[in-house]
Amino acid sequence: MVRFEDVWLKYRRAGEASLVRLTGAGSANAAPPDVVSGVSFEIPDGGFRWLIGASGAGKTSVLKLIYLAERPIRGDIDILGTRVGKLDRRELALLRRRIGVVYQDFRLLPHLSAYDNVALPMRLARRPEAQIKADVTELLRWVGLSEKHQSRPYELSGGEQQRIAIARAVIGRPKLLVADEPTGNLDDEQAERLMLLITALNRLGTTVVVATHNLGLVARYPAPHLEIAGGRLVADG
Amino acid sequence: MARRADQLGLHSAMADRLIPMLVGAMSFLAVLAIAGVIAAAALAAQWQGDTGAALTVQVPDANAPAASGAGDRKGAVLGVLAATPGVTGPKALSDAELDRLLKPWLGEDAQNLALPVPAVITASWSGAGSIASLRAALDEAAPGTLAETGARWAARVAALTASLKTSAAAILVIVALVASAVIAIATHAGLAQRRETIAIIHGLGALDSDIAGRFALRATLLAGFGAIIGAGLAVPVLLWLARLAAPFAGVLPQTGAPSLPPLLWVVLPAIPIAAALIGWVTTQFTVRGWLRGLA
Repeated sequence: MVRFEDVWLKYRRAGEASLVRLTGAGSANAAPPDVVSGVSFEIPDGGFRWLIGASGAGKTSVLKLIYLAERPIRGDIDILGTRVGKLDRRELALLRRRIGVVYQDFRLLPHLSAYDNVALPMRLARRPEAQIKADVTELLRWVGLSEKHQSRPYELSGGEQQRIAIARAVIGRPKLLVADEPTGNLDDEQAERLMLLITALNRLGTTVVVATHNLGLVARYPAPHLEIAGGRLVADG
Repeated sequence: MARRADQLGLHSAMADRLIPMLVGAMSFLAVLAIAGVIAAAALAAQWQGDTGAALTVQVPDANAPAASGAGDRKGAVLGVLAATPGVTGPKALSDAELDRLLKPWLGEDAQNLALPVPAVITASWSGAGSIASLRAALDEAAPGTLAETGARWAARVAALTASLKTSAAAILVIVALVASAVIAIATHAGLAQRRETIAIIHGLGALDSDIAGRFALRATLLAGFGAIIGAGLAVPVLLWLARLAAPFAGVLPQTGAPSLPPLLWVVLPAIPIAAALIGWVTTQFTVRGWLRGLA
């Protein structure tokens, strides 16, 4: 389950504040603006939610709060039954291992092979190498990239990189899968294939949140949605 | 597919030359500083032992009659010294020994120059009694007799040794701080270069201890390796200095094979261990502090 109760977020770090300014959400001399303002919603276990809104609306900020890359300045967040505000850094890290994240820009490690990229979450969890080999091999077969397990990310197409990214996101059998514009860099055929993978995971019981501004994709895979505008939740259902 | 794949790519991110070179140089200096203190302490102990216990008595007109009228002045002084508690082994230098002592100043025939050379008596002084009362007793037996102990010089040598130790300690602290700063700078550079990678690994659930541990392992190995090289390079320099110092220490003749104090052989392997420890601690603090910038 994912639950937000009156959640607010303001970026304090200079780089992110300047990013907000570039998007027109603030001025150079003003205090950093709230990028998420009083957002409340609840996604049940095994649920699927589209997170929609225009570019700069705050979708990525909401996703960052869900996958624990940011902490709110106000409000309460429950992720997989855990109140995030009470966790220390170690507990936060352990909770992150139960969340799979797929990024628009893949965020694969360029110096590692496809196999090692997929294996990374299991190695961080110190799983036995035999189990890692079995699981990674199985997942690479599932995403259709068994033959390219030794390839570096730069040797793969965008669609192949995204499939490696989703394999990495799900290898730890996450209870929650979060995807930020996962089809943004893919052609239609690759986007359809990726969505089939994501919906298959949802049918297996994984809670899924997918942020997109591609309303055509939303129409092809109908599901409840959360709509964000100006950092506020304007629709839930 | 290696289990220990370099997940953070640290082999290219943390310079494999900067840390070993600078930590090696710091270790070289640290070894020299420690060796200097050990050598100074050994020399000081020897000098203090020799000088502090030495009692030198000069008796002018040694062959003149003593004040008591019984025997000459030198004999009277020897009698007082023999009867004084804390004074042992009084011995009047022979003419040949005096000639040898005065030779650097007066040439070969000091006794033939008609100079009023006093008799010189040496003895060991335990410091049990008062030097002032000894001087008074000597002056009564043979007026004009001078008595000197090495206590003042021993105190000066002790003060010099203490200041050398303090200086060496300051050098070691500075060397450790510089090594730590170099490692911190290199770590920050590695963090900046691998910022994106670390953010990804952090997002996948890596513990701070996982990330800091990988950086620390790399820094520890580089610092330890550099220190081994630096300490190793110091050994021939120390042997050369030991050879030069041997005549002063009275350990070996100048032509003999030089040797290092046993304590230094304990210190030498301790330097790389200390450098590795500095590398580990510095990197742990640096990386953990940096990671606090992430959620």
